[in-house]
Amino acid sequence: MTLPDPAETFRQEARELVEQLEQNLLDLEHNPADSDLVNSTFRALHTIKGSGAMFGFTEVASFVHEFETAFDRVRKGETAPNAELVAVALDAKDHILQLIEGNSEPISGGDAILTALRRIVQPGTAAAPTPLADAEAPISAAGWHIRFRLPADALIFGANPFLLLEELAGLGRCEVRAELAEVPDLSMIDPEVCYLGWNVTLLTDQPLGAVEDVFMFLRDGMDLSIEPLAVEMAEAEPEPIPLEVAPVVPEIAVPTLAEPPPAPRAEASSNKDAKAATTEKPGSSLRVPAERLDALMDRVGELVIAQARLTQIAAMSSDANLKTIAEELERLSSGLRDTTMGIRMVPIGTLFGRFRRLVHDLSHDLGKDISFITSGEETELDKTMIERLADPLVHLIRNAVDHGLEDANKRVAAGKSAKGTVRLSAVYAGAEVAISVSDDGAGLNAERIRAKAEEAGLIAPDAKLSEQELFQLIFAPGFSTAKEVTALSGRGVGMDVVKRTIDGLRGGIDLSTVPGNGTTATLRLPLTLAIIDGMLVRVGNGRYTIPLSAVEECVELPADAAAASKGRSFLDIRGSLVPFLRLRELFNAQTPPDAHQKVVIVSSGEGRVGLVVDQIIGNNQTVIKQLSKLHTGIKSFSGATILGDGTVALILDTTHLVGFGQALEDRRKGEPIKTELNGRAA
Amino acid sequence: MSAMQAGAMKALTLRLQDELFAIEAESVREILDLVPITEVPNANPFVAGLINVRGRVVPLADLRVMFGMDRPPPDQDTRIVVIEIDIDGEPTVAGILADKVHDVTDIEAASIEQAPRVGMRWRPEFVRGIAKRNGGFIIIPNMGRIFETQGGRSTPLASEERSAS
Repeated sequence: MTLPDPAETFRQEARELVEQLEQNLLDLEHNPADSDLVNSTFRALHTIKGSGAMFGFTEVASFVHEFETAFDRVRKGETAPNAELVAVALDAKDHILQLIEGNSEPISGGDAILTALRRIVQPGTAAAPTPLADAEAPISAAGWHIRFRLPADALIFGANPFLLLEELAGLGRCEVRAELAEVPDLSMIDPEVCYLGWNVTLLTDQPLGAVEDVFMFLRDGMDLSIEPLAVEMAEAEPEPIPLEVAPVVPEIAVPTLAEPPPAPRAEASSNKDAKAATTEKPGSSLRVPAERLDALMDRVGELVIAQARLTQIAAMSSDANLKTIAEELERLSSGLRDTTMGIRMVPIGTLFGRFRRLVHDLSHDLGKDISFITSGEETELDKTMIERLADPLVHLIRNAVDHGLEDANKRVAAGKSAKGTVRLSAVYAGAEVAISVSDDGAGLNAERIRAKAEEAGLIAPDAKLSEQELFQLIFAPGFSTAKEVTALSGRGVGMDVVKRTIDGLRGGIDLSTVPGNGTTATLRLPLTLAIIDGMLVRVGNGRYTIPLSAVEECVELPADAAAASKGRSFLDIRGSLVPFLRLRELFNAQTPPDAHQKVVIVSSGEGRVGLVVDQIIGNNQTVIKQLSKLHTGIKSFSGATILGDGTVALILDTTHLVGFGQALEDRRKGEPIKTELNGRAA
Repeated sequence: MSAMQAGAMKALTLRLQDELFAIEAESVREILDLVPITEVPNANPFVAGLINVRGRVVPLADLRVMFGMDRPPPDQDTRIVVIEIDIDGEPTVAGILADKVHDVTDIEAASIEQAPRVGMRWRPEFVRGIAKRNGGFIIIPNMGRIFETQGGRSTPLASEERSAS
C-alpha cells in the first residue's frame, strides 16, 4: 500500500473546506445575523490556513491569513456581512481554490481581492466602529497570541523548542502555557517524539514580522498561528490566567466556537501519521480512495456470481448439508452486496450544494433575480452516478435560468413576481431516482421548437409528432432555440450531451411544460449501476433478466389473448387496460411457444406494460455488466449478466420497453408510432 | 502498417470457411473452445452473440459475416479467439469465431502485398494485405476497420444488414 501524497491529501481536504466555505458564505448572504455561520466560516478559513502552512502551501496560508484577519472583524461584530462582502469573499474563495490547485505558477489577483475585502470590512462602513487598533495584520498590536506545535519528529531533526521560547521571551513579556493533551501514558511515551504544543501570550510592541522570524527556520511542517492580542482576549479570559490554570481542560473540552479551535489540530498530531487526519468529525467517517470501493464492488460481483453457481448445484443435489450452506451463503452474499452498495451511496445534496453558487453567479451575470430552492438532498445515489450527473445538471440549470426564466419586465407583465424561481429536487420513484429541474418561466414554445427542428432538418415539415416527441427533439444534436447566443449558451455543450450522459447511466429525461408557468426537466435514473435483484425469464431459447424493482406483478396470459391476432395486444388488469409486448416476436424466437405463457407487468414512472414470456424461472441477484460499444445500438437491453451456469443473460431495459408499450397504446388511439424498438440509436 | 513493413509479423492463423486469415498475435489474449453463446436479438449478425470470458461479458464477432461467407453451424474444430482491439479509441475485448485455429507463425513483410482492387469479393478496406505462404494465400484482415464500422459510423454494407435483420 502506498502512502498518499500529503500535498494531495491537503488538496482534497482543502477542496472540501473551501466548498463548505462557499456554502456558508451563500447562506450568510441570506442570514447575515447568524453567528453560527460566521463562526463556521471562520473555522473553515482557519483550518485551511493551518493545514496549508503545514503542507508547505505558504501562499495559501498567507492569503487565507489575510482573508481571515479581515473576516475576523465580521466575527467580532464590527461589521455586518452583506451582499458585497459575500461577493468579494466568494472571489477570495475562488482564489484560494486556484492557489490550492495551481502548481507553482504565481496566480495574480489576490492582492486586489484582499484590498476590496479590507475596504468592505473597514470600520466606519459598519454599524459598530470600534476604535480598535486596526486588525489588519502586519501592523503591530498590543501583543500577540501565539500557538505553535512542532511536528512530532521535530526533536529528531534537532529542533529545540526552548530556544524558540527564549527567543520569544526576548521580544517582550511572555506567558507560556504548554498544551499537554497529546502526552500519552507514560508507558506509551516515545522520548524522541515531541508531544507538546505551546500557547504564548506575548506582550510586545514588536511587529508581526519579528514574531514570525522566530519561527523562520521551522515553519515547514509546524503548526503556527499568531493572532494579534486584542481587548477581546482579556474579556474572553478574565482571570489573570497563566501557569496555575490547568490548561488541558479548556483547550480540549471546549472546541469553542468563539475561538479558533486548536482541538482538531491536536487530534491530528496525536495520530501516528499527522498528515492524514486533520479536521472534521473524528472517528465518524473514513476516507477511502474510490478505486478501492470499485474493486470491492467487483469482488462482491464475482462472489455473487459464484454463489449463484453454488445455489444451482445445490438445487440439483440431494445433499441437505450442501443445500443449507448454499442458502446460508446466499443470505450472506446478499447482505454483503447491500452493505457494499450502501457504502457507495452518497446523498445527492453534495451535488446540489455546488449549484447554489452557479445560480448565484448566473443571477448576477444575467441580472435576473432568482430564488433557488432545493429539496430531497438526502436522496442517495451511487457515487459514480452522482459524479457523472454534475455536468448534465449544470446544463439543465443554466438552461432554466438563461432560457427558461424571462426578464423581470416580462414576468411582471405576465402577472408573475419579478423574482424567478428555479427548483432542484430529488425523490425516489420506485427503483429509480427522479431529479427535476424546474423553472417558473414562460414554458417551452412548441411552435418554435417545431420550426427550429424543421429548419435544422430534424423532422419533415408536416410530420405528426406528439408533444413529448417534439420536446425530445431538444436533445437532438445540433438543436438550439436560443435566439441569441449568450456567454452561457455558447459553451459548446448542447442538450444532446445531457441526453447522452443520461442514456449512458441507463436513465431517461422527460420534459413537461405549462405555457406561461414554466418547464420541468426530470431525469430518471436507476439507483445503482452495479447489482440489482432480477427476475429471470425465458423467451424461446433465450434467458433474460428483468429488474425486479420494475416488476409489478405476473399473470398468466389468458388463452383468448394468446390466440388473438396481433392487432389486439391489451390485457385487462383489474379494470385498467395494459398493453403487452410479445417478447417472442420482438426477439424473433424460433422455437414453438410454451402452452401457458406468462405476462410480467413492468412499470416505469407512470407507464405500465406487460411482457409476454414463455417461462418465469425465478429471482436472482444480477451483477450488471455493461455491453460493449459494439452493442450500443441495441436499446432493448440495458446490460448483461452472468448466470449461475456461466452463460450470459441480457437484462431488459424496462424503461425503454414501457416507452415502446406506450407507443403501442398511442397507435391504438390512431396516432402514428414513431419509436421503433431499435431505432432510438440511429 | 509500419509493423508490417518492419521485418516479420507474428500472427495467429485461422481458417474461416476455406480461406486462411492471419491476426496479429499481439492482439490475441486467449483461444477458447466453443462456449455457450447468448444471442442478442436484433443485433447486427456480425456481433450477434455474447460469451462469458472469465466472468466478463464479451461480444462475439463473426468475421464470416463481414466477408460474406457461409456460416455453417460450429463443429469440433470451432474455436473462439479472444482479442483486444481498439474500438473508437476504447480498448475492447471481443471474441472471434474461427472455423479452425492453425498456429502462430511469422509472416515476412516482403511476402505481404496490398490487396488488389479487382478480383476480390470482399470490401477492400477490410483487407490490410495478402501474404503468400507455401503456395497459398493468407488474408490479413484490417480488424480496426472491421470493428470500427460497428461503432455507429456504419458502412453501407453494415447498415444494409442491420436494417435487413
